[in-house]
Amino acid sequence: MLSPTLLVLALVVFYPLVAAMRESFYESGQRLDADGFVVEGEWFAGLANYAGVAQQRFINAALNTTLFTVVTVSLEVVLGMAMALVMRRAFRGRAFLRASILVPWAVPTAVAGLMWKWIFQADGVANALLGTQILWTADGPWAKLAVIVADTWKTAPFVGLLVLAGLQIIPAEVYEAARVDGATPWQTFRRVTLPLVKPALLVAVLFRLMDALRIFDLPYVLVGPRKQSVETLSGLIWDEATRVHYGPASAYGTALFVYIAVIAFVFVKLLGADLLSDVRERRLSGRREGNARVA
Amino acid sequence: MKALHVTAAALALGAGLAACGSSPSPQAPTQERGPITFLGGKFEAESVQKIVDAWNAAHPQEKASVVLLPESADEQRRKLIQNAQTKSDAGDVMLIDAVWTSEFAANRWVEELKLDTTGFLPTTIETAKYRDKLYAMPVFTGTGLLYYRTDLVKQPPKTWAEMKKICDEVLPKQKGMSCYGGQFDKYEGLTVNFSEAVASAGGELLDASGQPQLTSEAAKQAARFLADAFKSGMIPKEAITYKEEEGRVAFQEGKLLFYRNWAYGYEAAQKTDGSSKVAGKFDVAPIPGLNGPGAGTLGGNNLAVSAFSKHKQTARDFVAFMTSAEQIKAFARTSSMPVPRAAIYDDPEMIKKYPYLPALKEGILAAKPRPKAVRYGDVTAAIQESAYAIITGAKPVDQGLSELQTALGPLLK
Repeated sequence: MLSPTLLVLALVVFYPLVAAMRESFYESGQRLDADGFVVEGEWFAGLANYAGVAQQRFINAALNTTLFTVVTVSLEVVLGMAMALVMRRAFRGRAFLRASILVPWAVPTAVAGLMWKWIFQADGVANALLGTQILWTADGPWAKLAVIVADTWKTAPFVGLLVLAGLQIIPAEVYEAARVDGATPWQTFRRVTLPLVKPALLVAVLFRLMDALRIFDLPYVLVGPRKQSVETLSGLIWDEATRVHYGPASAYGTALFVYIAVIAFVFVKLLGADLLSDVRERRLSGRREGNARVA
Repeated sequence: MKALHVTAAALALGAGLAACGSSPSPQAPTQERGPITFLGGKFEAESVQKIVDAWNAAHPQEKASVVLLPESADEQRRKLIQNAQTKSDAGDVMLIDAVWTSEFAANRWVEELKLDTTGFLPTTIETAKYRDKLYAMPVFTGTGLLYYRTDLVKQPPKTWAEMKKICDEVLPKQKGMSCYGGQFDKYEGLTVNFSEAVASAGGELLDASGQPQLTSEAAKQAARFLADAFKSGMIPKEAITYKEEEGRVAFQEGKLLFYRNWAYGYEAAQKTDGSSKVAGKFDVAPIPGLNGPGAGTLGGNNLAVSAFSKHKQTARDFVAFMTSAEQIKAFARTSSMPVPRAAIYDDPEMIKKYPYLPALKEGILAAKPRPKAVRYGDVTAAIQESAYAIITGAKPVDQGLSELQTALGPLLK
């Protein structure tokens, strides 16, 4: 039986996926006839489009993507955690602080990219403050740092928000108990806050991982397309697609999909118990309550 | 022009007669006429709208509506290609970058045109052709000009060596000023500047038969000039991040003695509202070269008729109308965007309004188009890749050029 949910999923998820995979085995628009016109139609190309996966450009893009993901997600978890801890406290102006911490997250990425581009340009604020003459937006290692700074600034609030939600469901009694037992603030954090906020934190990290692996707009706007030092997999796919190399673009897209799927799978496998334990427990306790009511 | 009005009138009459008949079919008499959509760019949108209004007033049955495409050229191209691949008739007339003509023609996305090209600057018509057939009509054009400071330079340089000499004399007394700037970020502007340097050294990226000529002596000297200029600081280091606007701002702030830019920068740099420190202190000249005046790269936009248009005849007439002598002149009166008709450049009224026109005409007539290639996207990416490596010093000149020579071969077959 075909439920409407499955139908919608098939349309919006499986169809594009299968279409892209099919496209990745075909070649089109690359042949000219004697009069100089492009020959219409497409030809089965086997694995030819995947040849690029082993080449330097793809590997470089894959390494950049991985580097950005690992570094930015780690930084964001630390900063996001700190933000959440600050936001949780009750003090005057808390609403204002919460709103202002979330502003970077609300700014569209392309706009944030432009803003950081002005900050990082040759005669921009960054160089003026640091007293340096670094060309942040030219191809090179500094460009990597610029992207990492901008991305962390932009998405740490997102982690903060999710962690804050997790913090707010921790009952006040456990903190009270910790205080009565004479725990230091650090012990309270390590032994009470962290374990209890872990499910929320893991969800945040999973979301950010998925997001960071397809990072495109920030390096594109901040540094520019086809700059080796910051080209990501999405950037590479975009570049191939705009040059109407749909075959290779689909092949790289499929490779990126597999990469993200593997990361997600491993993540859930390794830490899945924590991700799903909450759900399982709730379901169990729900059943118990139901049984009690019946009895 | 007259013929056009007569046909339009006849058509209107025909439509009227048909409507009088017993069958209620107020259809246009041929399939090829009717309302059209013009996909235009954001720049100079107001001046373009005036031409469209004039067309609409004269052709009430075949009105044109304007849809503006995204600002960046890459996005425009993507949108147009998307339309073409879905065979969409969303745009009957399209404004395309001059370098896209070959790609669009070879893919049969645009119609061949049979229009009168007399009165146009010949180099601009070349950009509208693919394999000697006309597929578009030039509507905007332009080439690189050398902006220079008249308060510091008496006579604009004709050669690179002269430019260097002037800089050596002037710069020691000017704090924080560099000699020369252009567009050297890794984007289309780099292709423009690099091919300009090669042409100015007397070489060419592709020869007449379409074969790459990057290992020629001229290409080497051009590449060496740029690489050395970066190394010696003649071109400031930050110019590696310059697109048109970054460099224009630097010139206006007095950080550059010479700057290569399109004609559009003239108006902005002449502003006296405080945004430009060089207002009244600069002029433009044709760009310098290796042994004499240089040869710029031709820029510009063409008008093309979509192959998927339902009203192609109207679209063709619209292109003819927009590029007619009358409308081009009307356009030039309200916009500083350079136009492809020769008469404008000799018109005393226009020269009074835009004093750079004589220098620009000289530049456009000497200008070289960028390589014509169906896979222009690949060609320009390859050029940018090598040129960027050469000017940043990541690769020696000879190696960079021979790699580019090899890379271009299969892209131009």
